Amino acid sequence: MESAAQMSHGKKIGDIVLAVENISLSFGGVRALSDISFQVREHQVLSIIGPNGAGKSSMLNVINGFYHPQEGLITYRGVTRKQMKPHEAARQGIARTFQNIALFKGMSTLDNIMTGRNTIMKSGLLWQALRIGPALNEELAHRERVEQIIDFLEIEHIRKTPVGKLPYGLQKRVELGRALAAEPSMLLLDEPMAGMNIEEKQDMSRFILDVNNEFGTTIVLIEHDMGVVMDISDHVVVLDYGKKIGDGLPDEVRNNQDVIDAYLGVSHD
Amino acid sequence: MFYRETGQFKTSYTADEAIFPIAQDRWFIFGVIAIAVFVVPFLIDDYGANAVLLPFLAYALAAIGLNILTGYCGQVSLGTGGFMAVGAYSTYKLVTAYPDLNLIVIVILSGLITAAVGVLFGLPSLRIKGFYLAVATLAAQFFLVWMFNKFDWFCNNCATGQITMPTVDMFGLQITGPGADPATRYLFCLGIVAVFALLAKNIVRGRIGREWMAIRDMDIAAEIIGIRPLQAKLSAFAVSSFYVGMAGSLYFGVWLSSAEPGEAFDINQSFLVLFMVIIGGLGSIMGSFLGAAFIVLMPLVLKNFMVDGLNIAVVTAKHVEITLMGVLIIFFLIVEPHGLARLWQIAKEKLRLWPFPH
Repeated sequence: MESAAQMSHGKKIGDIVLAVENISLSFGGVRALSDISFQVREHQVLSIIGPNGAGKSSMLNVINGFYHPQEGLITYRGVTRKQMKPHEAARQGIARTFQNIALFKGMSTLDNIMTGRNTIMKSGLLWQALRIGPALNEELAHRERVEQIIDFLEIEHIRKTPVGKLPYGLQKRVELGRALAAEPSMLLLDEPMAGMNIEEKQDMSRFILDVNNEFGTTIVLIEHDMGVVMDISDHVVVLDYGKKIGDGLPDEVRNNQDVIDAYLGVSHD
Repeated sequence: MFYRETGQFKTSYTADEAIFPIAQDRWFIFGVIAIAVFVVPFLIDDYGANAVLLPFLAYALAAIGLNILTGYCGQVSLGTGGFMAVGAYSTYKLVTAYPDLNLIVIVILSGLITAAVGVLFGLPSLRIKGFYLAVATLAAQFFLVWMFNKFDWFCNNCATGQITMPTVDMFGLQITGPGADPATRYLFCLGIVAVFALLAKNIVRGRIGREWMAIRDMDIAAEIIGIRPLQAKLSAFAVSSFYVGMAGSLYFGVWLSSAEPGEAFDINQSFLVLFMVIIGGLGSIMGSFLGAAFIVLMPLVLKNFMVDGLNIAVVTAKHVEITLMGVLIIFFLIVEPHGLARLWQIAKEKLRLWPFPH
């Protein structure tokens, strides 16, 4: 099984970069996650699936520091922690997109993606006010990188359009661009294909695989479209009612009786 | 017909990111600056300076300051009058303590002192948002005005709390105090406002400006991509208060020459500047100028029209003027909620096509 995982899609899957151990999270009396453990390997595309309310988004929120679990540990690149602030996670190289698009609606596509690079930019207030020397050079250098991302996502034509005016599919793409702009080593995608038509889904799948192949970014995604999940994932984790019920290669998960029961229901007689 | 960008290609990101990427816009703005510098000083008289140009420049700077905080960073503030008072009193204390200090340095120092005070009163913004923050900044307004009234130290142990700007020369020209030439006062203010407006524009289109707008549009997403809300909000309060403080400095030092905290810096000032920002356009430096021009000029135009044109008694005209101002503000907000800056943009878009329908 280990060798099969490493051979998946003919690419090299590396060591464990993220280990989630015994995570439990509850909101008052509601137990959103109980005792979840799984591992993500370098360059892997890992999908988290499960019925609605299974705790998938909560799991992503725990990984990037938005929720603080009551129990459990998260080890990311050798650093073990119980909880952290979202902006600290961002600075460690974890970027994410949201189920409901969370773009900056008043800003243009270009500015949105540029904002994704804010953490890498250094020049101080005074230099920026004068906009000469280091500040200008920095701005232009980052603009060039952002243009490459715009190029990669094929959104050149909407560069200067305020994102509030863009159709849904393009907004999703801009959000992916903003996440990529930070040059993350791990990308968390929360339902990147929700509400898309078949062409848009194909485009998005292509972008995700390209990011994974070209930049070597490790990807953790939540998706409901089983066709997409089985096609692009190296590894699948299945949650149901906050518990992990499946963990393995796409084919293994597909044939797992617990998973089939969770999705199709089971007769209790 | 003449306003076309056809054939203007950009071959570098520097050119693409210019403030006025269209050549016609550049000529227009250079023309405006040339007239402001080379023509207006020869036409200006005391009335023109005191009633129109100096208030316009001082308020424009204050509006830029508030626009940075409210328009760019989304933090509502009703403390502008109080922060202008901090700038004014800093100027007074500095000028009387160090009479030989260059006036430009004094104005900038006053801004810096106000920035420190602004950060202090910006701290609640980390916990509270929207209308609740507005109420918290109201506390700043009332507290600061009360403080300047209460403690004699601020007006060098005077009895009334009133401060009067002493005469200050710069490079042999008298800029403040009685008998200063209106053209010199005007050019001094114009210089400061023009330079700092450009700096503000540079800040808002760079990293820090994007940080502020990200916090404004969606603070949770901003934090997820690595922006620290604490730094972003406090830097907005600092830069905003810096500008408002300099505006207070010019407002008192160069325009009014004497001021009393209860009157010159009361809550009405805060609302006036907020109106300028809303009418001019939230999130636009150009809009700050347009809003200041509207609020400063409109009462004058209405008054001149009613008193000189229609021979209405001055007192009646004043009442009608206030009513009409209110009506005009409502009218503008209904017609174009995004302010004069947006109207300006629409006009330019129309002009690009004119005389063709589309």
